[in-house]
Amino acid sequence: MGLFKFLKEKMFGKSTTQKDKYVAGLDKSKKNFSDRLKALSGRYSHVDEAYFEEIEEILIEADVGVRLSDEIIDATKKEAMLRKEDRPEQINEILVDKMFVSYASQGEDIQTEIQFAKNSPTVILVVGVNGVGKTTTIAKLAYRYIKQGKKVLLVAGDTFRAGATEQLTIWANRLGCSIVAGKENQDPASVIYDGMNVGKKENVDLIICDTAGRLQNKVNLMNELAKMKKVISKEVEGAPHEVLLIIDATTGQNGVIQAKAFKECTSLTGVIITKMDGTSKGGILLSIRDELGIPVRFIGLGEKMEDLEEFDLDQYLYGLCIGKDEE
Amino acid sequence: MAFESLSDRMSSIMRKLRGQSRLTEANMEEMLREIRTALLEADVNFKVVKEFTTRVRDQAIGQEVLKKVSPGQMFVKIVHDEIVALLGADQCELTFVAHRPTLIMMVGLQGSGKTTTAGKLARLMKRKLAKKVLLVAGDVYRPAAIDQLETIAKQLEVDFFSLGTEVSPVEIALKAMKKANEEKYDAVILDTAGRLQIDEKLMQELVDIETAVRPDEELLLMDAMAGQEAVNVAKAFHEKLRITGMIMSKLDGDSRGGAALSIKHLTGIPIKYIGVGEKLEDLEVFYPERMADRILGMGDVVSLVEKVQEEVDEKSMKKAASKMMNGSFDLNDMLAQMEQIRRLGPLGKILKMIPGMPKITDEDQEKANIQLKKTKAIIQSMTPRERKNPEILKNSRKLRIARGSGTEPQDINKLLNQFEQMKKMMKEMPAMAKKYGNK
Repeated sequence: MGLFKFLKEKMFGKSTTQKDKYVAGLDKSKKNFSDRLKALSGRYSHVDEAYFEEIEEILIEADVGVRLSDEIIDATKKEAMLRKEDRPEQINEILVDKMFVSYASQGEDIQTEIQFAKNSPTVILVVGVNGVGKTTTIAKLAYRYIKQGKKVLLVAGDTFRAGATEQLTIWANRLGCSIVAGKENQDPASVIYDGMNVGKKENVDLIICDTAGRLQNKVNLMNELAKMKKVISKEVEGAPHEVLLIIDATTGQNGVIQAKAFKECTSLTGVIITKMDGTSKGGILLSIRDELGIPVRFIGLGEKMEDLEEFDLDQYLYGLCIGKDEE
Repeated sequence: MAFESLSDRMSSIMRKLRGQSRLTEANMEEMLREIRTALLEADVNFKVVKEFTTRVRDQAIGQEVLKKVSPGQMFVKIVHDEIVALLGADQCELTFVAHRPTLIMMVGLQGSGKTTTAGKLARLMKRKLAKKVLLVAGDVYRPAAIDQLETIAKQLEVDFFSLGTEVSPVEIALKAMKKANEEKYDAVILDTAGRLQIDEKLMQELVDIETAVRPDEELLLMDAMAGQEAVNVAKAFHEKLRITGMIMSKLDGDSRGGAALSIKHLTGIPIKYIGVGEKLEDLEVFYPERMADRILGMGDVVSLVEKVQEEVDEKSMKKAASKMMNGSFDLNDMLAQMEQIRRLGPLGKILKMIPGMPKITDEDQEKANIQLKKTKAIIQSMTPRERKNPEILKNSRKLRIARGSGTEPQDINKLLNQFEQMKKMMKEMPAMAKKYGNK
């Protein structure tokens, strides 16, 4: 048994049906990547330096980043030498192992599901740069927990972008959950304040707060976010229970800088990676984990409210690198 | 963890290569490696990087380096110039058609900034070009996309056209053009829903709009933070449609925007505008030079190198350096140093050219300039003996100098403190050089 399979079974042991769904969802993302890895192993009878250079290309083109790509490849080379292994398929498996280990050994335990507070509403603050899909993801999260029987309240904390409040209101109507919205250009912290109090009064299980998109180098806007977080902690004990950063799968190396800045300002508890139904591989999530220890919690796979899945590293890498037809 | 700028990398390599005045294949490979990393960290596509480094190698082989610039900086200049060449030296703005409305269609992935940019373009046309503009809501999918555009139209006092979410975008485009023709609009800006380039149904919808109304401009929005896949997205849009230009959004962030280079290089689509903020006036014409600096993560090092070459008297710099090393540095030398710096131009302009320097405000700049002038006045109010032996400066002398230079005695103390610190640092330099020196 390969190390990869061993780890996989030890840490997960998921049913095949769930895996299939996941792999199908990631189909377009993984296509290029796993096809190329496979094609690569077909072209080489044994592995040499050129083979590793091509692997580097594949990793970098998945937005994994130069530094981490090289680290993973070095680790793969070392392991291959140790095992005196030069068969391409075997090397590919070691590579996936190394990616797996690199992620799994960083930071805290990998707990993807939201942990609900016992005596108060659970509060999620959703943050990110412009256009990554915060509002849509909030709708998906709300749908997920409404389906589990939770009472959910949305708070429209984006009072800046034209149409943002309307967008969340339309979702709230579709989902049949309540919403607290402010006026255009109202101080978002005051909308959040109202939201917390409505949530407590109505005794909801989950409050999800939307915020305006902001580029991480805008000091004023980041301070505004810190203020919103402070209001939440003041109004609900132990809150926010989760601060989730939304990252667009198409994001390049700037993703790490985004995560770092938002982490400093709001102490993130996780990342949700959106638009994974596109052709981008989302490799930046590996770099974010590697450099900052922040885990990915969910992934977005489409525009519909049910298109949100718990992040599963094993299935992500498996879908990306190996593909379903090799089971 | 902002990435190290290319020029920082180059100078660290050059420290190792000190004394070599020519770029050779041997010392070049290491630099090419650094350039490769810098470009990849800027999200330039892998294949483009590969091709690019080959080009730079060809350019640089055997090029003799000017005496006053180090090979490292020369190398950066070659890279910079090549990037500018790739990005396209010609600026191109929108083309307008006479006698009928010009139709501009905005396309791109979800969240790339189409609606906001449609508003920015409308503002530009209305305010700067005095055009009669119609904003058309063609995104019938995303909740409240129409509200968003309508709000923007109201803010701009530009006419707005929508048929709600139940009508097909093709029909919306046709009806909007009919209205624009009848009411003699100069320009129509059609917003469309964000879509994945692999969504065949939605891509076909754009092709249908194109066939129905024949837009004069089809502008692709690209997020400045986009990674390696950006080029495939642009290619797919370009193959299906007749993309006439690209607008890169969110360049007010701190991403390097390397996708601009890849897309221009692999598809030939020219970059027309850049989005530099959330406000409707935050749209700028694209300048290849600035983009090149950004991708390389440098201030305008090239101009700085050129300026230093022109202005700095190398001999006096060398003299000062040797004085620093043997500890005989005095106030005269400090003055000479400051003169050299001053000749480069206003301090703010210089600081802007140095990579990694925070942006300084006009106010900071003014303060720095005043400080420089003050220091100069103080030193010039001293006798030659005082300048050589600052330790003889006691209260009465200080008072005289203060009067002569229009400053306060505290200012003189401050300057002397500064000088002492500088001198102390310099005394330690030879020891440090010995300790950390590579030879």
